Amino acid sequence: MNRVIDSLEQRQLRSDLPPFKAGDSVRVHFQVIEGQRRRVQVFEGIVIKRQGAGVRETFTVRKQSFGVGVERTFPLHSPKIERIEVTAIGDVNRAKLYYLRGKVGKRARVRAKRGVALPVMETPAPTESDMPPEDATGPETDAEPVTAEEPAEEPEAAVEEPAAEPEAEPVPE
Amino acid sequence: MKGILGKKLGMTQVFDPETGEVTPVTVIEAGPCPVVRVKTVESDGYEAVQLAFDAVAEARVTKARLGQLGKAGPHRRLAEFRGPSELTPGESVTVEAFEPGEHVKVSGTGIGKGFAGTIKRHNFSRGPVSHGSHNIRKPGSIGASATPSRVFKGIRMAGRMGGKRVTQVGLTVHEVDPERNLLLVKGAVPGPKNGYVEVREDKGRGRA
Repeated sequence: MNRVIDSLEQRQLRSDLPPFKAGDSVRVHFQVIEGQRRRVQVFEGIVIKRQGAGVRETFTVRKQSFGVGVERTFPLHSPKIERIEVTAIGDVNRAKLYYLRGKVGKRARVRAKRGVALPVMETPAPTESDMPPEDATGPETDAEPVTAEEPAEEPEAAVEEPAAEPEAEPVPE
Repeated sequence: MKGILGKKLGMTQVFDPETGEVTPVTVIEAGPCPVVRVKTVESDGYEAVQLAFDAVAEARVTKARLGQLGKAGPHRRLAEFRGPSELTPGESVTVEAFEPGEHVKVSGTGIGKGFAGTIKRHNFSRGPVSHGSHNIRKPGSIGASATPSRVFKGIRMAGRMGGKRVTQVGLTVHEVDPERNLLLVKGAVPGPKNGYVEVREDKGRGRA
């Protein structure tokens, strides 16, 4: 790609996102703007693909919502993504997990990789404590390390950005 | 008439840091374009400005063109922008002449498609692909029989497509970067990457 365009894109890339790939379970904290108000919505599911390069990279998260498969594609470097939490590292043999679309229930799971440290974001967002417990879609047996880490992050985050409190009301779909 | 010459570098997208909105943009490296000549009603019968772009070594330019360029020195491109202007020869037009939000139109030589059939070139419909059809991408009838015993002029047929001057109107300047001489225009503009383009202000369609 052209050097100039590359530098234009470089400027917009986000470095505060954890590394993740297809098969990983993630919680995407996404800002929703409704008129004047903005609030944070959490979309939790399995990453089924990452696509594109540079600032145009997107990823798709799939989850089961009331028995219906829901997929949502986010631009990876969008400023609307408040943060991404990786809750489990998936053990998969494909880059694109389209096969999950045809599967239901137990078969639509992705095995979690054992004994792997979960990537933690450098800048924890303030909304952590307000997360309601959500029914997990993927196998979350390996998710304990994260829950153990969370309390440590909360206090400093709350001090950092008290102004962000009104928006801290994530409504799961 | 406000205008500038540039080079299309390619496309990318830009996020709005506030709303997160994505805007597809074409990056154009434009100017600085020295004013080569200003045409006036008295001397030429109409008003226009000639701008040069893309300075090169003298050996790359014909002597005739060198004479035209005059003090501006050897440049690859020379183009005329019609309309009244306050520029004088020796001045230079930079991207600062444009500002974000401004409507522009961009002209360039479109990407050549080579010898193209009627479906691609004139948006004809194709014939049936099954039931023994041999008329899948053929043009069909090109006229009647004994009367007139010839094919009328202007019947649309296969042939060279693209590679001609195209003007895209209704574009908006998204961002201006005077340091790197960049214009970010919302939307696509004609031509391949590294193709030369002319950017003009767009006052059409009821715009002031």
